Amino acid sequence: MTTGLWLTAAEMGLWIAFLLQVTPVMVWIERRGSALIQDRLGPNRVGPLGLFQSLADALKFIYKEDIVPAVADRSLYLLAPLLALVPSLTTFVVLPFGPDIEIGGETYKLMVVEAETGILLFLALASLGVYSLVMAGYASNNKFSLLGSIRASSQMISYELALGISAITVLLPVGSLRLDEVVLAQQGTWFGFLPQWNLFPQALGFLVFMVAAFAETNRLPFDLPEAESELVAGYHTEYSAMRFALFFMGEYMSMATLSALAATLFLGGWHLPGVSFTYGPWLNALVGFGILAAKILAILLFFVWVRWSFPRFRFDQLLRLGWKVLLPLAILNFVLVGALTVAGVL
Amino acid sequence: MSGVPIGWYLVLAAALFAIGTFGALTRRNGITVFLSIELMLNSVNLALIAYAREVALTFGAAAGLTGQVVVLFVIAVAAAEAAVGLALFIAVYRNRRTIDLDRLNLMRW
Amino acid sequence: MAGTIVFVLAALAAFVSALVVVAHRNPVYSVMSLIVTLLSLAVLFVQLAGHFLAVLLILVYAGAILVLFLFVIMLLNVGTDRRGLAGTRLQRWGAIVGAVLFAAILASLQWGATLDAAPPTEDEVALTPLARALFGDYLLPFEMAGLLLLAAVVAATVIARRTTPEERESR
Repeated sequence: MTTGLWLTAAEMGLWIAFLLQVTPVMVWIERRGSALIQDRLGPNRVGPLGLFQSLADALKFIYKEDIVPAVADRSLYLLAPLLALVPSLTTFVVLPFGPDIEIGGETYKLMVVEAETGILLFLALASLGVYSLVMAGYASNNKFSLLGSIRASSQMISYELALGISAITVLLPVGSLRLDEVVLAQQGTWFGFLPQWNLFPQALGFLVFMVAAFAETNRLPFDLPEAESELVAGYHTEYSAMRFALFFMGEYMSMATLSALAATLFLGGWHLPGVSFTYGPWLNALVGFGILAAKILAILLFFVWVRWSFPRFRFDQLLRLGWKVLLPLAILNFVLVGALTVAGVL
Repeated sequence: MSGVPIGWYLVLAAALFAIGTFGALTRRNGITVFLSIELMLNSVNLALIAYAREVALTFGAAAGLTGQVVVLFVIAVAAAEAAVGLALFIAVYRNRRTIDLDRLNLMRW
Repeated sequence: MAGTIVFVLAALAAFVSALVVVAHRNPVYSVMSLIVTLLSLAVLFVQLAGHFLAVLLILVYAGAILVLFLFVIMLLNVGTDRRGLAGTRLQRWGAIVGAVLFAAILASLQWGATLDAAPPTEDEVALTPLARALFGDYLLPFEMAGLLLLAAVVAATVIARRTTPEERESR
């Protein structure tokens, strides 16, 4: 295989390894973080500071009894948890994680797929995530699951619009759908210390994007479809053991990929002012990925913080927010940024 | 490295169109008929893109854009048609409690 | 070589899933098969330098329209058909019509005049020419498509809503 193919395989391996370990780390952060916010201890028995709690949870999931309901539609029931992993394990391919590197005289980009359509590919693959919700609810043959899945999927498709429009707005000054161009446009600093991240001039877009991201991943304050006091457990009521773990993992992994997109669009991606990428190809890639991972972690901590700070929305409030507040705000942001770009300000 | 002859894409598009026609003519379930029609629309999309590629290879890239723009509009029209068609299904179901096309025969002579 | 393998796989997937779409008794399975068909078609679009449209197909068609189909199926509780295809006589005639249509389309193609689908080069993949065409030469159809979608949204909302008690009284 040529160098390019090996590099692509290595990049994919790096991303998948990162995404697969997001869940155990997030479980620990979630439980200790929520304990911190709620003024209690959290898991502290399994290993120092409860660090091996995720391992214990994983073992529990593996050994639990795997039940398939007799009246469930078997093929779709088995398919739904797998579909939950599809959006997160396919959308990372357009995210850049480092500057162009030179190996053997040839320059390579540090993105798995250099698609011209960049962010549209991300949004397209992310929009396929609705099907796992719909299939889980339908195949369970259970009224609560069906209601939960209809709520979850209508929530997801409602907020996809605001998410997409606020993401596209970032691209207006850049002039390209490719995410590596977006990162390159955020290099440099203002006044010598403030990094030129899109967060500052497009704060409204960032707000809309983050709210839509919360709704897309079914996180509080938008987690009505899977709240414990509603509809049992929503669309994954009938799932046990490893299949439930797959839904669980899928949710955390899609949080991670949406955070990665937010970091790339609004927080400067792999770039940090003050870090000059002159360490040679492999170290450049690792440093770039490390910076991106640190930003992803920061946004994930924000997710956890918000989860334990807000009450959840009622379903009609949720849909009203998505259609009557967020979508007009996203369009307003789009028009504003478009006008400023044409005027030459941005 | 040259690819597959564009004619093969057209054959596939024709096959999908024929399968869609078969489904639209033979199924009783309204939703499945609708899905077969969507299949036919997408086979036409494939044919349009294949021809756009052929034109682009023969007359230059700018000439091949027309086909792609037409496909864009076909997708938009298919979305509009799906929305209205499904709304009609809901309305019909509310009145007649069925979407079995053999039973929806009020307009037959 | 790789292009031929990708074409054969995608074409086979599209063909088989299309057959499942029209033949399966459960409409939910038909929708899932249509998703597979659309994904295969997207792969074929990419081979034909239609990258933007491939992504648009997945984003709009597989990601939104088919979700709408699934919602309606679940809302109307459309069950599994007891007999999938309507009856053997109709099936036979339907298959004959399909085969005749297929043969007619094949006969109308100009064999020997099609080129090989060379893999698209860098500048053929660029989106700017498509954008210029869409907002330049085809601006009027673009705006009309927007109006059409608006009309469809209004129509769908009006048709599918429950009539209010005053409307029922005034009938």
